[in-house]
Amino acid sequence: MSLLRLRDVSKSFGAVAAVRGVSFGLDPGVVHGLVGENGAGKSTVVKMLAGVHRPDAGGVEIEGRPVELHRPADAKAAGIAVIHQEPTLFPDLSVAENIFMGRQPTARLGRIDRAAMRRAAEELFARLGVAVDPERQARGLSIADQQVVEIAKALSLDARVFVMDEPTAALTGVEVRRLFAVVRGLCERGAAVLFISHRFDEVFTLCRDLTVMRDGAWVSTDPVADLTVETVVRRMVGREVSALYPREPGANEPGEVVLDVKGLSRAGAFSDIGFEVRAGEIVALAGLVGAGRSEVVRAVFGVDRYDRGEVRVGGRRLPPGSPAAAMAAGVALVPEDRRQQGLVMELSVERNATLTRLRPLARFGLLSGRGERRAAAEWAERLRVKHGRPTDAVGTLSGGNQQKLVLAKWLATSPKVLIVDEPTRGIDVGTKAEVHRLMSGLADEGMAVVMVSSELPEVLGMADRVLVMREGQLTAELPGRRATEESVMFAATGQREGGA
Amino acid sequence: MTALRARRELGVLLALALLVAFTAADNSRFLSSQSIRDVLLSASILVVLAVGQTVVVVTRNIDLSVGSVLGLTAFATGKLFVAAPGTPLVVAVLAGVGLGALCGALNGALIAAARVPALVITLGTLYVLRGVDHSWASGEQINAADLPRSFLDFGTATVLGVPVLALVAAAVLLVVATWLGSYRVGRELYAIGSEPAAARLSGIPVGARVFLAFVVSGALAGLAGVLHAARYGTVDATVGSGMELQVVAAVVVGGVAIFGGSGTAYGAAIGALLLTTIGSSLAVLRVDPFWQQAAVGGLILAAIGLDRALAARTARRAAARSAADAAAGQDAGRRGEREATHGS
Ligand SMILES: Nc1ncnc2c1ncn2[C@@H]1O[C@H](COP(=O)(O)OP(=O)(O)O)[C@@H](O)[C@H]1O
Ligand SMILES: [Mg+2]
Repeated sequence: MSLLRLRDVSKSFGAVAAVRGVSFGLDPGVVHGLVGENGAGKSTVVKMLAGVHRPDAGGVEIEGRPVELHRPADAKAAGIAVIHQEPTLFPDLSVAENIFMGRQPTARLGRIDRAAMRRAAEELFARLGVAVDPERQARGLSIADQQVVEIAKALSLDARVFVMDEPTAALTGVEVRRLFAVVRGLCERGAAVLFISHRFDEVFTLCRDLTVMRDGAWVSTDPVADLTVETVVRRMVGREVSALYPREPGANEPGEVVLDVKGLSRAGAFSDIGFEVRAGEIVALAGLVGAGRSEVVRAVFGVDRYDRGEVRVGGRRLPPGSPAAAMAAGVALVPEDRRQQGLVMELSVERNATLTRLRPLARFGLLSGRGERRAAAEWAERLRVKHGRPTDAVGTLSGGNQQKLVLAKWLATSPKVLIVDEPTRGIDVGTKAEVHRLMSGLADEGMAVVMVSSELPEVLGMADRVLVMREGQLTAELPGRRATEESVMFAATGQREGGA
Repeated sequence: MTALRARRELGVLLALALLVAFTAADNSRFLSSQSIRDVLLSASILVVLAVGQTVVVVTRNIDLSVGSVLGLTAFATGKLFVAAPGTPLVVAVLAGVGLGALCGALNGALIAAARVPALVITLGTLYVLRGVDHSWASGEQINAADLPRSFLDFGTATVLGVPVLALVAAAVLLVVATWLGSYRVGRELYAIGSEPAAARLSGIPVGARVFLAFVVSGALAGLAGVLHAARYGTVDATVGSGMELQVVAAVVVGGVAIFGGSGTAYGAAIGALLLTTIGSSLAVLRVDPFWQQAAVGGLILAAIGLDRALAARTARRAAARSAADAAAGQDAGRRGEREATHGS
């Protein structure tokens, strides 16, 4: 018998039917995968299990008995631990306090026992095999560390059911493997795990069962052993995803040099970086995380300063450290961390889509609400952003749709140079293909595109030229046609057996 | 983090020490026990209010009604003694605290029901409660002669040279600071102020906690009202007018972040002490009272500037730290190895 069962749960937000009549069960000792495109309703299912949203219809059963999950506390009491997709940390408090909030170990007279709390946190981190200082403030933790803290928090609950909404989205290979070991350990002790990820390799290694959702509806639940990636993708998307990479590298005849970077250096981050990007070209910046790629593009755009070197756009030198000048010269940067840098989560969809181009929309210095709405609607339409009303807060959108909205925001400025940092991180196959098609189309229209990407298939499938960085240096420039996984990894790591 | 915060409070303490030293250098009488006693006496009431305000401000709210609550309870205390001169002190204190808590509950309930920022609600109750006070008093003033001797003594008595009111304020400070710092509910208040959405997701009963914070703030304002009546003996309907701004100033100067989530009751208390001391030291130095206001204003701006600078530094350090971690933890090709199988 299932430990936990969803029975015909439905949930709507205004006009958006986020989840429609979904049923499936989680067995004890089993990792159950849940996949679906961005916006398929996975996180909404999670939030119903967490007691954050109450189902409009249907319900949740534990060991065959219906349970009412009205509040997050109810879910905790029912033995359900949830790792939400969005971080739920308190930036002002210490890591240990974040983990044990409301359940801190206490000593005499109910006083919090800080030493015990610290020890308990250290034990959790030891179990996860990571070194995070429990005493440090949560503010400023890297995304990966934030995720680790979330996982530690869930583990500390000692629950029977663990629900993990894209816990690996920000983790590296080593951390993912450790998390897997921990999840398997939980299963051995009889816990049921619901695991959401966009990475098929993870789903296929870790899960025994796999449920597919599409457009809020349940599609299938099968043992992973009976599935292939192709079938899963087809069910997720509802159609064949024929060409994931719509582009043939080197097919376009590149035009004039639009972006010219010479001798760019910043102490401790990168040194002597020089490259050109021509109109109609997609240039990929490849390399390991931390190689300094994001730092370089941020410096080019002027968000960060640089010590030496120069950046020219269309032959004219950009003043260093001035994003406004870069934007005026036609440069756009879509940042890596869309939650922190790209969008204002509380503002509406339309507001966000037009934040960067308020000036051209203004008439006599006043914003015209109508013009704003029209421009936003136009781009949201072109990018097929799935949202309820244009006035909804962006925070309510799914990850892929947020990414598309960031793109919409920048594309509305009609840039000559588009710089995208990790364009498809954490988004599903269908949306990925759309983003790739879009970038390819923009290059065809003559835009110069710079793409920072850690996904080798994406680099190889999209780029006309591949620049590889290692430890702040440019180590290789490979024509897209001739770049291979081996040659890129070699340049990125400096070793032949880089991928082992 | 704790070290940094502690340093923030040390900074205010240092400013206080400098101010005292400078004033004493000019006029040694400033350090006489009488003058210290006076400063402590006047600071006690502000400290009690500031401690209550801290409880609210850490939850990313604000209570502007405290001056009016103080005025109302001070007048009510006077009325109580006029009606029943034999009332024991404890009963009077409990009645004041109860009345204040009631006012706080009113604030909390309105905020919960109306879902309007506390700033607006408590601005409303500031005027409403003051109006109630005025119509109740209708021009009447209660004088020291109307109050029992024992109650007035409570306002000026000392134990080993320390004013009893200051001891009461210190006790309140100790209890509330410990509650905020070392008890689950107290920590939840910080969590709420630090990130309200996360607090809700993690199952903290946000509404109930914020309500509680306002009740505590109200109760302490009520206590302050009783203390005020005992100390000054003369109570009319204008008592405590404008006090709320002084309280907020004390809290901000003491390092309690106005956006919630950080700061301690100790800091707020030191802030209150500093503001009171500025008042009397500028008087000793015979500085125009106008400059006194300007000094308080400058202090607030300096405190906010300091907080900004500290926050920026923490952020920079954290960023540097995670960058270093990322570089250290980098083993060759682990990204490539993962992505190679992915999406192909
Ligand atoms: N709080 C909310 N208000 C309005 N719409 C929402 C809210 N939460 C989710 N949605 C919408 O519900 C749909 C499903 O979202 P979600 O469950 O986050 O998808 P997934 O996690 O599968 O990417 C999306 O169209 C999203 O915009
Ligand atoms: Mg989701």
